[in-house]
Amino acid sequence: MVEAGEWWMLLAAPAALLGFALVAVAGNAALDARSAGRSVTATAVVRPFLAVPQALVTQQRRMPAPDRLLWRVGVVVVPVAAVLSTLVIPFGNHVVADLSVGVVWFNAMEVLTWAGLWLAGWGPNAAFSLVGGYRFLAQGLAYELPLMFALISAATGAQSLRVTDVVGAQHGLWYAVWMPFAFVVYLAGVLAFSFLGPFAYPAGRDIAGGVLGETSGVDRLLLQAGRWLWLAAGAAMAVPLFLGGGAGPGLPTWAWSLIKTLLVLGLLVWVLRRMPVIRADRYVELAWVVLLPLSIVQALVPALVNLNL
Amino acid sequence: MGLTSTVLLVVLGVLALTGGVLVFTLNSMARVTFALLGSLVCVGGVVTVLGLPYLGVVIVLMMVMEMVIMAVFMIAYMMNPAGLMPMSMLHNTRGSLVISGLVFAAMVAGIYVVPWPDRTGARPKDTTFQVGMSLMGDQMLTMVTLGFVLLATMIATVVLATHRGRYDRFGDDLDQRPAKDPAGGGVGR
Amino acid sequence: MTFELLLVLAAGLFSTGLFGALSQQSIVMIMMGIELMIGGVIVAAADFWYFLAPAAGSGQVVIVAAVVAMAVEMAMGFAVTTAIYRARQVDMTDMAEDLKG
Repeated sequence: MVEAGEWWMLLAAPAALLGFALVAVAGNAALDARSAGRSVTATAVVRPFLAVPQALVTQQRRMPAPDRLLWRVGVVVVPVAAVLSTLVIPFGNHVVADLSVGVVWFNAMEVLTWAGLWLAGWGPNAAFSLVGGYRFLAQGLAYELPLMFALISAATGAQSLRVTDVVGAQHGLWYAVWMPFAFVVYLAGVLAFSFLGPFAYPAGRDIAGGVLGETSGVDRLLLQAGRWLWLAAGAAMAVPLFLGGGAGPGLPTWAWSLIKTLLVLGLLVWVLRRMPVIRADRYVELAWVVLLPLSIVQALVPALVNLNL
Repeated sequence: MGLTSTVLLVVLGVLALTGGVLVFTLNSMARVTFALLGSLVCVGGVVTVLGLPYLGVVIVLMMVMEMVIMAVFMIAYMMNPAGLMPMSMLHNTRGSLVISGLVFAAMVAGIYVVPWPDRTGARPKDTTFQVGMSLMGDQMLTMVTLGFVLLATMIATVVLATHRGRYDRFGDDLDQRPAKDPAGGGVGR
Repeated sequence: MTFELLLVLAAGLFSTGLFGALSQQSIVMIMMGIELMIGGVIVAAADFWYFLAPAAGSGQVVIVAAVVAMAVEMAMGFAVTTAIYRARQVDMTDMAEDLKG
C-alpha cells in the first residue's frame, strides 16, 4: 500500500518541505501586510523572499574570537535536521524511508535542534546570542516531555513506532478526535521547536534577536529557513500522526495529504501571530505541573483502549 | 553482515574513537562536550547498524539532550570555558596513561585469546519488539529496579542541588502564600 | 573478524575514558570520561548481542541499563558538583579530598 524508498522521493521530500515552508512564510507576510493596513498584493507576499539574494551575497559580520567551527555546525544542523525528519513522513502513499522506529527518528531529529541552536548561540562569542541559546534549552526542557508523550500516545494507539502503521491504525477515527490533548500538545511542541510565535523567546526582541542576533548573511538565512522548515515538517508530521494521513473520500491520497498539511500549516501560522511570547520560566512550570501529568493521562487512554480490544 | 554495514561500522568506529580522544585533547569546553557528543552519537550509530535501531536512535536522542545540558554545566563550572587561555587541567598524567594503556592491552589480549562461542539462536524479526517483551516480561524486575533508581536519582539530585527548603519558601510557620521563590512560575501566582 | 574489531573499539573507548577519569582534575571532565567508558560498554553489549546471542532479549536490556546508568551518573554528578560548588566554590577533585585516608 505504502511505497517506500523510490529514488525520486529523496528529491521530492526536501522540495515539498521547502515548498510548504515557502507557503508558510508567504502566508505570514500576507497576514503581516493585512494587519499593517496595506493591501495584500503579490508584492507584499513575496517581500520576505527579496531578502534571500541579498543574504546570499552580503558580507558576513564577524565578532572577535568566535568559535567559527561550532557556530557553522549549529547553524547548519537546524535546517538539515528538519530535512532529515521528513525521511519518515509519509505523503500520500509515498515515504522516503519507512523506518520501523519512525516516530523515535522524528523525535531524535527534533532534539538535534537543541544542539544546533545552542551552538548557534555559543559560536559568535556574544552575550545576547548565548542567552538566546540558553533560553532555547530552558524552553526545550519544558516542551520536550509533553511532546514526547504526545508522540507516545499516537504510537501506543497504533501499537507501532512505524509512521505508516500509525496512519493505517486510524481507519475511520482520527487520533486528533479521540486524543485531542495529545494533538494540541503536539502542535504547541511544533511551534516550540521552530521557536516561532509564542515560543520565539530564544530569538526575543528583548535580547536583540538572541540566537539570530549576531548572525548575518547566509548563516542568518539558514537559521531562519531552519525555523520555517521545522514548522513545515511539524505540520507535515501532524497529518500521519493525528489526522489519518492521506485517507479521505473522493480525492487521491496525495491530495488529501496536501490539503491536510496546508490546513495544519495555516492554523499554526494563524496561531503564532495571535499569541504573545511566553517566558520560559513561566512555561516550564505550566509544562511540568499541568501539561505533563495530563499528557501522561492522555497516553494512558490509548493503552487502555488497546487492552480492551 | 554485508559490505555496506561493515564499511559503516569501520567509519563510525574510527569517528567514535577520534571523538573520544578529542575530548581530552581539546581546550575549549564547548568543543570538548560536542566531541563527546559526536563520539556517543557514533556509538548510537554502531548500535543501529548492529540491528538495534530503537536503542541506537534512543541513544542518539538521549545523548544530544544530555550533552547540551552538560555543556551548560561545563560553561558554568569550568574556568576558561572557551579555551581562549590554554591551560593544563591534568594530574598524574603518566600514571593514568600507564594504567589505561595496561587496561587496553589486557582487554585486547583477552579479546583475541578467549575462545568465543559460536552464535546461538537466530535474530528476531523485530528487535524493538524483542527488547520490549524482554523488559516487560522476564526482565521486569530489571525494569522496575531501573525505574526506582531513576526516581531516587531525581529526588536526590533535587535535594543536593537546591539550597532552599520549605522554610525558605513558606516562611517559619509554613503559612506564607504564595511561596517566596526567586523566579515566579506560570501556574497559580 | 568484525566481532573482535568491535570489541577492540569498545576497549579503546573504555580505556580513553579511563584515562580521562583518572587524569582530569575537574569533576565535570571526570564525568565525561565515565560517559565514554559507558559508551564502550554499550558497544561491547551490542556486539555480544549481535554476534553471540541474538535470540536473547537480555542482551538488549544490558544496553538499556547502561544508558540509564549514563543518565543517573550525569544527574548525580552535576548535583554533587552544584552542592560542593555552592558550599565552597570548588570544582576540582584535588580541593575536595576531605575523606582522603
